[in-house]
Amino acid sequence: MPKYVALTYTADVDWSDPQYADQMKDWIEFGEAAKAVIRGGDALYPTATATTVRTSGKGGEVISSDGPYAETKEALTGFYLLECADLDEAIQTAAKIPAAWTGAVEVRPVIDFGS
Amino acid sequence: MEAGDAVAQLVREEGTRVLATLVRVTGSIDLAEEATQDAVVRALESWPRVGVPDNPRGWLTVTAKRRAIDLIRRESRRPEKEAAAVSMIEPVPEPPEVVRDDLLRLVFTCCHPSLATETQVALALRTLGGLSTAEVARGLLVSEATMTKRLTRAKQKIAQARIPYRVPPADELPDRLSGVAATVYLIFNEGYAAGTGSELARVPLTAEAIRLARLLVVLMPDEPTALGLLALLLLQDSRRATRVDEAGRVVLLADQDRSRWDERAIKEGVELVGTGLRRTPSRPNAYVVEAAIAACHALAPSYDATDWDAVISWYDVLLTIRDSPVARLNRAAAIAERDGPSEGLAIVDAIDGLAAYPWWHATRAELLHRLNQPEAARDAYDRALALDLSRPQADHLRRRLSELG
Repeated sequence: MPKYVALTYTADVDWSDPQYADQMKDWIEFGEAAKAVIRGGDALYPTATATTVRTSGKGGEVISSDGPYAETKEALTGFYLLECADLDEAIQTAAKIPAAWTGAVEVRPVIDFGS
Repeated sequence: MEAGDAVAQLVREEGTRVLATLVRVTGSIDLAEEATQDAVVRALESWPRVGVPDNPRGWLTVTAKRRAIDLIRRESRRPEKEAAAVSMIEPVPEPPEVVRDDLLRLVFTCCHPSLATETQVALALRTLGGLSTAEVARGLLVSEATMTKRLTRAKQKIAQARIPYRVPPADELPDRLSGVAATVYLIFNEGYAAGTGSELARVPLTAEAIRLARLLVVLMPDEPTALGLLALLLLQDSRRATRVDEAGRVVLLADQDRSRWDERAIKEGVELVGTGLRRTPSRPNAYVVEAAIAACHALAPSYDATDWDAVISWYDVLLTIRDSPVARLNRAAAIAERDGPSEGLAIVDAIDGLAAYPWWHATRAELLHRLNQPEAARDAYDRALALDLSRPQADHLRRRLSELG
């Protein structure tokens, strides 16, 4: 069966904030209802926590900058879910993704609702 | 200095170290700030009356840790989480080497490359410099509300994106340290040239930058970047009193009253240059070399007695380690002093990439002025004046322009 990524666009808010608890119910409801087809997924912290990683070519100097990927030259063409000790490890890993060599990789922390 | 000032100074110095430790033991900058602030306020209240305790840092640390435990207890909704957090906070003060490492961790976290430069500057002034949010806002000419928002976002990113609280490993240290140095240098320049705006030098920011550079030397006494940065800032700042006259007009290096330069700052700066050069005899550090150039000027008894050969050869060294159009421009200006305006102008004209830099146009204008080419000079002054300059700088160029007749 073919696979699809559903990228969700909403207001740029911190979904871990208790004030969104009510709205979260709808997301949980969807998660239950679509259980059969969902293979994974997470909520992200707001774009203010994003770091955009680029390198000067393969193995080149790593240039990280604050904020989300904000250009329109390249398009979103894939994603990885990384489990790293901290942002430094995430940046180092992101810098090895071929997209970082010629385009960019946006690194965003995933909300852990369990904590 | 009055007794109260001495206490305030001590509390501020130690407060930064206590904050650094509290960030590590609590894992939260916000919590650490609140707890440290509380300890600082208590110290400022009681020490001037009852005297400074034998171990001021220990006193502050223990007081801040107790406060942190109170805050965790008050805010925690989960008893097991609270117990875990509280058990990590030993009330005993840390040994000096641990405090030193804590402060280094704080330096590298505040200047993490995933934070925007303006954010690094704000965080460094707030957490490392111990300035209030209002003071940081005033120094950087933004509203307090904007600064509060910037700092809150920064702390949120550090927490949510898990920017690590650690000293970078040896192989990453030089790169990360040059990032830290760039941030401190930016703070200094912000105060020194003040970009746009009516005052040429906002003293507090230059003083803050020197304080931060001094901190880097204390923390990393063997790192040439730290030595060179402090030397450079001291040597540039040694001329502060003579850079503008009573009427607020710019006084050029050639016309400054050298008897009013800060001799103590010059002496310390020159010594640091020496130490920095001995550390890296084969490949000098860029900050050390820039400081060496500043030292050539600081040590010249008069402008005419400047050793331009030495200045130019230091620029040659600088270009081999950190080539930049601005460094080339400054080298060309030195060549013009040694060999004459037409030699200098030829080099200035050959530099690419400075069309948006007011001093490239201003240097061309000055050299064309000296070469008695008023039309071309006027055009270059106009181009410089169309770009971003502080008011005294712009006034100076306008004066030169009017002298063209």
